[in-house]
Amino acid sequence: MSQEHVLDIRHLTMQFGGVVAVNDFSMHIDDGEIVALIGPNGAGKTTAFNAVTSVYEPTNGEILFEGETIARSHPTGKMKKIFAGGHPDAFVSQPIIRHTPDEITKKGISRTFQNIRLFSGMTVFENVLTVQHLRKKSNFFTAAFHLNGAEEKQMREKTMELLKIVGLQDLRDEMATSLPYGKQRLLEIIRALATDPKLLLLDEPAAGMNPQETLELAAFIQDIKRKFQLTVFVIEHHMDLVMGISDRIYVIDFGKQIAEGVPSEIQNNQAVIDAYLGGDDL
Amino acid sequence: MKEKKLTLANVASALIVLCLYVAVFIAEQKLPATSMLFTVLKKGATYALVAVSMNLLNGFTGIFSLGQAGFMLIGAYVYAIFTIPLEQRVNVYQYYAGGVVQFTLPVFVAMLLAGLVAAFFAFLIGLPVLRLKSDYLAIATLGFAEIIRAIFQWNQLGPVTNGSNMLRLFPTFNDFNIRNADGNVTVYLSTLVPLLVAGVCIALIVMIINSTYGRALRSIKDDEVAAEAMGINLAHHKRLAFCVSSFFTGIGGAMLAMYQTTVQAKSFTSAMTYEILLIVVIGGVGSVTGSCISAFLFVAASEWWLRFLDEKQMIGNWEVPLLRNGFRLVVFSIIIMIVVLFFRRGIMGTKELPDLFRRKKKAGGELK
Ligand SMILES: Nc1ncnc2c1ncn2[C@@H]1O[C@H](COP(=O)(O)OP(=O)(O)OP(=O)(O)O)[C@@H](O)[C@H]1O
Ligand SMILES: [Mg+2]
Repeated sequence: MSQEHVLDIRHLTMQFGGVVAVNDFSMHIDDGEIVALIGPNGAGKTTAFNAVTSVYEPTNGEILFEGETIARSHPTGKMKKIFAGGHPDAFVSQPIIRHTPDEITKKGISRTFQNIRLFSGMTVFENVLTVQHLRKKSNFFTAAFHLNGAEEKQMREKTMELLKIVGLQDLRDEMATSLPYGKQRLLEIIRALATDPKLLLLDEPAAGMNPQETLELAAFIQDIKRKFQLTVFVIEHHMDLVMGISDRIYVIDFGKQIAEGVPSEIQNNQAVIDAYLGGDDL
Repeated sequence: MKEKKLTLANVASALIVLCLYVAVFIAEQKLPATSMLFTVLKKGATYALVAVSMNLLNGFTGIFSLGQAGFMLIGAYVYAIFTIPLEQRVNVYQYYAGGVVQFTLPVFVAMLLAGLVAAFFAFLIGLPVLRLKSDYLAIATLGFAEIIRAIFQWNQLGPVTNGSNMLRLFPTFNDFNIRNADGNVTVYLSTLVPLLVAGVCIALIVMIINSTYGRALRSIKDDEVAAEAMGINLAHHKRLAFCVSSFFTGIGGAMLAMYQTTVQAKSFTSAMTYEILLIVVIGGVGSVTGSCISAFLFVAASEWWLRFLDEKQMIGNWEVPLLRNGFRLVVFSIIIMIVVLFFRRGIMGTKELPDLFRRKKKAGGELK
């Protein structure tokens, strides 16, 4: 390999019992790109995200982040018999590699959730403050005895900076879940940013937003990408947003890739149009 | 959490606590030492500490553990075993030739050790147990407490634990009183010291809750999936919470030993755990202040205010019906049912003492 991709998914299959949610899916994202993953409902988009973040262990395939294999597996046991994905033998001779989601986040991949998952018992401020725990330098005892004042101050300042980016600084002491929907989505994005990611995964960030908010979100994503030198991987149904900000787009249907290309190619791709036929998205 | 604006509320809260301590000190010098008030304060301090420890686990981290009696037992035994005076060991371990432990530790060192041993047990069982989901975890920890109770009564361990016989003659709360050469008490401290010990421990727990680790634990309670996705290692932090909670429960066990003046494994039943659980629920799951207030109320009610329910009462020639041994528990259960049914969030909800000095938040702010 001459050039390292930021994210490199190879022959990923996710099979739940008999359901093949993602089937032999390969893709890559390069540094600084905004790449979108689109497809009809139930196509397997969120499942692919969950594999990248190690919420699920791949049934088959491997995932590399900045050249490092962060997940690799092949069908074993009962799955060997019922496996219905492609390339079943590609990885059998290689060792299985697995991580917990928090380890993946520490490596620099952070995410938001399709159905917002803010910490409901916490304020707006605490939501962003809390997640900086993963980069702490203090140990339990220095933190418990509050001897890490400098670090704590730094965390709080960073929290305020992030809140200002989305204009939530005045709502800092409100309970996070009492915010309007659109603001909760923004809060979840800056909470993900607070973990210092290199790769940001956004699962339908515009869901539930009105057209005006969606427009602002598009500008916002490009903004933070530049500001924090991010690579962005986004799942989205709002085609205006996808076509407006994506460098490249992958389209999957029933877990399989049906198209890949720049927005103009995807817009005119017959397979994509067919897959969405009947849907009112495109 | 809300920095500057808060300091006033915090100072007011600290003043209240300080005043309470001063009041206890004065009362202790003035009132007869046998006053029921002191019994309640001593046992209340013990239960407050254990309840706050349980709250750290159940209320702040969302781990439903029911092993409290087991960890208290460990704490109580460790304290007693290492503080019985050497010359008394022959009497205490009368069936085991004075036992095998032939040294004593200073009281506060033994209390610390009580906590450490309890935490060590938590560390050991944490690995398998904390993988379980809520109900199973509750059952497993309950089972652990029962097993511990059986093991400590095991005859084979008699040289250490005195088997099923009680441990006694170790230093109690009364030994904190300062006496003159004639053996007369000059300064009474037997209530103040346990309150101080519990106070320091609870302050430490509050500091942990307000640290970055405490926030991590709270995030796990709110949403495990999100917490893990945000880089918080679930296994590590759950184990940490379990060990810290057990550490302070162990110290609470040592205090219970001092309060009771004797220790016997068979008294550390699951009923004890339920009492602590009730205190936590009545006080408010997720409120340290609530656990403290409800611990003292609970102890006062069960040891003092409702005692009359267990005794026959005569009004003139008429014997009040229902009052007999055990009726107290019936009334108690009814009170608890009312609390659980109608005041589900407990006395304090998730509020703390300083919150009471803050101006009411805008509508919708604090409400969940
Ligand atoms: N843990 C699981 N167990 C069983 N089946 C699952 C699991 N997770 C996902 N699936 C199935 O995999 C398929 C893909 O689901 P996924 O959530 O990835 O779709 P999606 O592309 O994100 O759809 P949407 O646009 O509706 O969010 C669905 O059929 C779903 O039922
Ligand atoms: Mg989805």
